[in-house]
Amino acid sequence: MNKTPIDKTLPLTEVAGKLESGMTIGIGGWGSRRKPMALVKEILRSDITDLTVVAFGGPDVGLLARAGKIRKLVYGFVSLDSIPLDPNFTRARERGEIPETSEYDEGMFVAGLRAGANRLSFQPIRAGLGSDVMAMNPDLETVRSPYDDEEYVAVPGLRLDVSLIHLNRADAAGNGQYLGPDPYFDDLFAMAADTTIMSVEQVVSTDDLTAKAPPQSLLVPRIFVNHVVEAPGGAHFTSCDPDYGRDEEFQKAYAAAAKSESDEQWTEFEERYL
Amino acid sequence: MTTQTITRADVCVAAVSDAFKGSGEVLAHAVGIVPAIGVRLAKATHTPELALSDGEAFMMAEAPPLLKTAAAGGTPEAWVPFRSIFDIVASGRRHSMMGASQIDRYGNQNISSIGDWRQPKRQLIGVRGAPGNTVNHRVDYWVAKHSARIFVDRVDVASGVGNDRAVGTAAKYHDLGVIVTNLAVFGYDESGLVKVDSIHPGVTPEELQEATGFPIDAADAPLTREPTAEELEIIVAEDPKGLRFNEVP
Repeated sequence: MNKTPIDKTLPLTEVAGKLESGMTIGIGGWGSRRKPMALVKEILRSDITDLTVVAFGGPDVGLLARAGKIRKLVYGFVSLDSIPLDPNFTRARERGEIPETSEYDEGMFVAGLRAGANRLSFQPIRAGLGSDVMAMNPDLETVRSPYDDEEYVAVPGLRLDVSLIHLNRADAAGNGQYLGPDPYFDDLFAMAADTTIMSVEQVVSTDDLTAKAPPQSLLVPRIFVNHVVEAPGGAHFTSCDPDYGRDEEFQKAYAAAAKSESDEQWTEFEERYL
Repeated sequence: MTTQTITRADVCVAAVSDAFKGSGEVLAHAVGIVPAIGVRLAKATHTPELALSDGEAFMMAEAPPLLKTAAAGGTPEAWVPFRSIFDIVASGRRHSMMGASQIDRYGNQNISSIGDWRQPKRQLIGVRGAPGNTVNHRVDYWVAKHSARIFVDRVDVASGVGNDRAVGTAAKYHDLGVIVTNLAVFGYDESGLVKVDSIHPGVTPEELQEATGFPIDAADAPLTREPTAEELEIIVAEDPKGLRFNEVP
């Protein structure tokens, strides 16, 4: 017989209580697409700081960098997509406000996540060889193939204390569903993390998940999810197709405020935003 | 009979198309407006087996309107979300034409940052896929505003691997093709150095040298070919709004 149903739902206001300063936090999505902005805002509202952030960066990275909460950033790029550069990120880098960075090739970044998810210490990859990624990451080592003369980059496994991801739907047990064209790497982020906090547009019944969408849309199994946060509009102003596209007007205002020489303009934007 | 005006942008589009001639059944990756039109032209003329992407999650049998995704039209033929792209890169079945903020005489490319990367003078987007692309499959570059600030003696961050750095495993699939700019088309000589393949009609060798931060020899360079009438028709059909003139006025 069915026992008490699993309920991992968590109010948005309790998210910060699950996080601590100094943690390594993975953030799902890609650029300015399906970023867990509601969860990121909870960090911005809190005293949590000194974070190692691992992300295919968008405004999540820009906002956390501007707030001085990033001690180390692991990234392949930071972009707002329709606006190529995030002014908060470029400003933080140019002022030396991110103490440590690990800039990877995008494929290396995925290899690191895969290794982390598989509990491997590294994954070999051709990407990075010959490039300044090796110089920018002096701890990176190469590995000789035991089978032939090839030498590959050994991307260290990225293990995360917490992953924050945003999907379209989930049930209360933590089965997450994406309905847009691209899953990005949210399932890998969940598997590479000790704790995953997943926000969704809507929490529905398990039956409802497959009533209107194919089972292949069930991206993140509950065995990798600890908390489910219902946060409608939780990816705004990034895109969350097909529920909503990117709020380009809002993003423009974000970029303009971030770019402004006057700190007041940014503070005004940030207060309004939070 | 009407005389068609051939613009610099159209010459550039045809040069991009030529760069993809003979690439075969691979995924064409094109960053920029002129490259996006160029790969469509290549597919419509000499290389119909080329696979086009919508820039998001689909390969397109019929491409969507220029700079739009599958959501705006066209016919998807395969699902290739970002996770597949990195596997396609590693498989080698891909041909990229990327942009560049800096390129040096060995074809090293930088899109990461300007100055010392520890605290850059100008932070750019990051290395993105350039390190992986350049050691896995053919890579060309597109530079819309050719200048001595872009064509430098030495790049600040080698994002895309140049010919001098491609040794050992990095050399196995390393394949730099051409650099198409608004002034000329470049290739590489036997020692891996950037050389002029052709100079666009209306550009003088002196102008080209002036805009290039390392010595080049354009004195005997042939003229880049002009697109045919048939190609011009395709270019206009793919870019009816003339978006290419935003990149190359």
